[in-house]
Amino acid sequence: MGADAITSRANSKIAGAVGTAVPHDSARLHATGRAAYTDDIPEPRDVLHLAVGMSAKPHARIRRIDLAAVISAPGVVAVMTAADIPGENNCGPVVHDDPILAPGLVQYVGQAVFSVAAGSVDQARRAVRLAKIEYEALDPILDIRKAIAAKSFVLPTQKIERGDSKSAIANAAHRLNGSATLGGQDQFYLEGQIAMALPAEDGDLFVYSSTQHPGEIQLLVAEATGKTLKDVIVECRRMGGAFGGKESQPALIACIAALMAQKTGRACKLRLDRDTDMIMTGKRHDFVVDYEVGFNERGRIEGIEFMFASRCGMSVDLSGAINDRAMFHCDNAYFLDNVTIVSHRCKTNTVSNTAFRGFGGPQGMFGIELVVDDIARHLGVDPLEVRRENFYGIGERDTTQYRQKVEDNIIHEIVDELVRTSDYRKRVAKVREFNQASPVLKRGIALTPVKFGISFTATHLNQAGALLHVYTDGTVHLNHGGTEMGQGLFTKVAQVVANELQIDIDRIKITASDTSKVPNASATAASSGSDMNGKAAQIAAKKIKDRLTEFAANHFSVTELDVVFGNNEVRAGNNTVSFAELVRLAWFSRISLSATGFYRTPKINYDRATFSGRPFFYFAYGAAVSEVIIDTLTGEHRLTRVDILHDCGASLNPAIDMGQIQGGFIQGVGWLTSEELWWNAEGELKTHAPSTYKIPACSDVPEDFRVRMLESSPNREETIYRSKAVGEPPLMLSLSVFHAIRDAVASVSNNTRRPRLDSPATPEAVLNAVTEQQVSE
Amino acid sequence: MSARDLDVPVQRRSMRFILDGEVVEIENVDPNRTVLQYLREDLRRCGTKEGCAEGDCGACTVVVVDRDVSGKRLRVRAVNSCIQFLPTLDGKELLTVESLSTDGELHPTQKALVDCHGSQCGFCTPGFVMSLFALHKNNADPTRREIDEALAGNLCRCTGYSPIVEAARVMYADELQSKCWLGQSRSSTVGADEQSRIVALNSIDTDVPLCIEGHGRKFFAPRELDHFADLVALHPDATILSGGTDVGLWVTKQQRDLPIIIYTGNVAGLNECLVDDGYLDIGAAVSLTDAMPLIIENYPTLEELFVRFASPPIRNAGTLGGNIANGSPIGDSMPALIVLETEVVLRTGGSTRSVALNDFYLAYQRTALRPGEFIERIRIPLPVEGEQVQSYKISKRFDQDISAVCGAYRLQLADGKVEKIGVAYGGMAAIPSRASLCEQSLMGQEWSEASVSRAMQALDKDFSPISDMRSSSQYRRNVCRNLLRRFYLETSASVIERVYSIGR
Repeated sequence: MGADAITSRANSKIAGAVGTAVPHDSARLHATGRAAYTDDIPEPRDVLHLAVGMSAKPHARIRRIDLAAVISAPGVVAVMTAADIPGENNCGPVVHDDPILAPGLVQYVGQAVFSVAAGSVDQARRAVRLAKIEYEALDPILDIRKAIAAKSFVLPTQKIERGDSKSAIANAAHRLNGSATLGGQDQFYLEGQIAMALPAEDGDLFVYSSTQHPGEIQLLVAEATGKTLKDVIVECRRMGGAFGGKESQPALIACIAALMAQKTGRACKLRLDRDTDMIMTGKRHDFVVDYEVGFNERGRIEGIEFMFASRCGMSVDLSGAINDRAMFHCDNAYFLDNVTIVSHRCKTNTVSNTAFRGFGGPQGMFGIELVVDDIARHLGVDPLEVRRENFYGIGERDTTQYRQKVEDNIIHEIVDELVRTSDYRKRVAKVREFNQASPVLKRGIALTPVKFGISFTATHLNQAGALLHVYTDGTVHLNHGGTEMGQGLFTKVAQVVANELQIDIDRIKITASDTSKVPNASATAASSGSDMNGKAAQIAAKKIKDRLTEFAANHFSVTELDVVFGNNEVRAGNNTVSFAELVRLAWFSRISLSATGFYRTPKINYDRATFSGRPFFYFAYGAAVSEVIIDTLTGEHRLTRVDILHDCGASLNPAIDMGQIQGGFIQGVGWLTSEELWWNAEGELKTHAPSTYKIPACSDVPEDFRVRMLESSPNREETIYRSKAVGEPPLMLSLSVFHAIRDAVASVSNNTRRPRLDSPATPEAVLNAVTEQQVSE
Repeated sequence: MSARDLDVPVQRRSMRFILDGEVVEIENVDPNRTVLQYLREDLRRCGTKEGCAEGDCGACTVVVVDRDVSGKRLRVRAVNSCIQFLPTLDGKELLTVESLSTDGELHPTQKALVDCHGSQCGFCTPGFVMSLFALHKNNADPTRREIDEALAGNLCRCTGYSPIVEAARVMYADELQSKCWLGQSRSSTVGADEQSRIVALNSIDTDVPLCIEGHGRKFFAPRELDHFADLVALHPDATILSGGTDVGLWVTKQQRDLPIIIYTGNVAGLNECLVDDGYLDIGAAVSLTDAMPLIIENYPTLEELFVRFASPPIRNAGTLGGNIANGSPIGDSMPALIVLETEVVLRTGGSTRSVALNDFYLAYQRTALRPGEFIERIRIPLPVEGEQVQSYKISKRFDQDISAVCGAYRLQLADGKVEKIGVAYGGMAAIPSRASLCEQSLMGQEWSEASVSRAMQALDKDFSPISDMRSSSQYRRNVCRNLLRRFYLETSASVIERVYSIGR
């Protein structure tokens, strides 16, 4: 840790200093219902409410759209189809293959075809139902295996190769192959997708959008409406959850609202109801994973080949980077020497899948954890031993399959400590003992590690900006390019500024993300929010502090070294003034009290063409031990105990980081156990509301839930106050739950056979796996 | 308005309820308007959120306060405002998240959530506040399991719930110093504030039935059973509304128009529970929350089933009568009620008839109810000495889920042989129904591994279940058989636990 950081951490007496567990800045507003989300912003008097007409077919040409009944329905003011879009009919973030409104060809059930504007939400939704659309059905491709067979891909297949996997496997003492299917996941943010667009003078547009990426909304709205970026302002104070689901997906909603506002000249709000939201917008990619592995008698992997194929849906969206990240994380914490990874990005006639916390990483890790677990069961040893056997080494066996050296490896100490504190050994023995005596109920336990790469893999996205104003009363207006989705980013960045200026955090106004304050910002994603925006805000604060220091030195006739900021005051030699007083004096002396900060993540350098270089600034680590019990008659299961040890570096805010660990973990448990996306043979998603799509509830969280953050382990890289990103990594700790269930299932055959368990491990999936174990007895 | 409606001399044309200490009186309210729409769109009181518009996520949770059966205490119930029609608030007090913090001071539940870092994105938080408030008022010292139960209807996607559970414990440590009823947890005495709230509720409640007309729709809230029966007979196409936990979705999800609604909630004769002549006699409009304790008291083994039945906000509004009348093949109560040989008392105008619940279901969502007829009471026979009763629900999530399969069993043994057997399932056919072949194969047999195995085979002939998003037909078949086996294991010597209860 830098000397500067250590001093300011230790000496801070201010409220809200870095490293303190200050509550989320909006906590009181949340609890009193006064936090304003997009739908709570006062509407202009003439606001129109929109609804969207969706495709009923997975793949079809539209022969005819008859909207006569829609137009004449009560309250309807306007309708809009693809033909009404003056600019580009696209809301795709990378490749322009995502129509806002289907232009004649529909490619999934739920695709937006037309939009209605009416006097009330109810009127708009009722009117939408009156449309008559005639389709000419085309053959749909609805699942991954069919897409592979048909070579139906949204992007070319990618391959990472190192060494000679084929001969390594052939020459290995042991060989195994296997496969698994891995379901997707709906983000299920509690606040559905929403945008309100307001026409401004001279054709300009002001858009409130619940988005992780205001800058992209600005760009896509401008392109769709035939404007330039300067004509559009996008603002977002907070989202009611996002989890990646509001990285690219809000563009569709905002573009429709903006186009309708442009068309009608009135404010237009589009708020999707839950069902429409779940049917129309993208989710976590489901995958199939095939592997072949060769290994020695201790379980060390000598050669491995992976085939990952994901359901990307009807368009590219973010699937390129997501599948790349799956390839980058199919090593998890393990050294893969001779390795071939093939990644198919399948085009299907289903909703285009998108970002979700982990962004392909979880699916990649799922693959390798399946392999090491299978190896252990094949050899009849504790899976933990095989995991350890394959961990990246220190100073050896330390290069990833994409040629980045793992320089900050702490997985050994994390796992050693967790094995001790979770009492892993004794509990494994107790589980075995229990299972011997229990024919119907079976327990299982597993420890899984996490190593997750931090940075956008698209290097250019690793940049951030901040804007800081200091007013003459010494209060501060803070803005940056990050967005607040509940993760506490705004609080953490405010803590950084409080620390730098040595003023209480309540002197700092945290303000809405706004494309007119900080331009060209990246999405708040890839866990990078605090790392990048914290740094940018620190740089801005330091600029102002430097100016104030120089001014104070002159004003009080001392050297700059004698000017010290601390505890809401500034000491200049023998003079001590309040921060506010110094600011006022500086203003009188015509010192600029506003600054921008700009940060680019150092060291990263990566060549996508060869999949080699350093895509990640650093890695975040963690490990979890989970214990479950299953019912072999029904497949029902319960998580009974969890122990987590996670690496947040030197935490900016332990309370917020703890919330990310616990919340991310439980979200992962939902992905792997209860959350099942189910499409029927017609390509219709039938799990599109909480009545049918089951995210974890309160009682699913075990009473015995022990979460700790790794202590005294600052980031070895020079990040903001040596903290580590924490948004995504903890989600993957939930793989321990999946493997604990596998462990319980394997006990049915007395651990003589590899379980075949697909994810999510619903009661049905577990019972299937149990039945298969019984058959083999 | 027909002549018959006018037989009742006086009807109120406007609804009244209490909000923030003020009586709100509204005329011409649209009977299809939900409480949530009213709060957010009409009052722009935006603390209460819409998360799903189907009562499954809890973001819209509000608290409805009325007088309990004695009329001397306040009854505090969380409900889902998204599917609660506005006129059902008539005569009650509504509390929303904005009601709790007075003069900028946080309510203990709110303060606890802040102190425990119980909110991240905050969108679900107002709903949690209201469910926690209801818990605070109804339970002075909840266990973890009671906290889980109280929060079963509230989804949080951010926190993983741990800090919210912590808040549910901490909130008791921080009672408001004031004498304010809102800030106090459950107490045995009636304070001045509670008393004055009861007086206020008395002042807006009269015996005069409500008849609202607005936006071309009608809402009748009769007080007397005879009047209710007359209205139903007169308007055979009307929607009979109880808790609205299903009917509400017809409007919010399907945008259906309900031109005439007849509300059961204020009908005295439909809101009583009693033990009578060997039966638990439950009025059709009794909420599940109120019916549950009576059923569980008599059939303790059904506790898990009822605790896992939807969520507190749904059970507070929803009724056993509605669950039965709805005719869903996957309602949780029916298999158990069928094996208990429950009867439903149906009424048309002045005449009643009794139908066995097993005969009530004719086909998918079709029941024996005739036009103008309604369920008046549900009669569950009292337990018989020596019989064993059990019901199991299989779903993807333990709490607040709809079953893939729900099985119920009732067994009477004599000398180790099956003297009487009832086996019924939900989720296995278009209606909840008995497994006749399975029952036949068991009658008179030893209650043994061998005969249960034969009965499990018979189940395959009883049902041809479908595949859907809740499970495949094969899983339904397998688990249907295995649940019978579980019942056998639990009723024979080898008692086994259920995973649902382990570790909590």
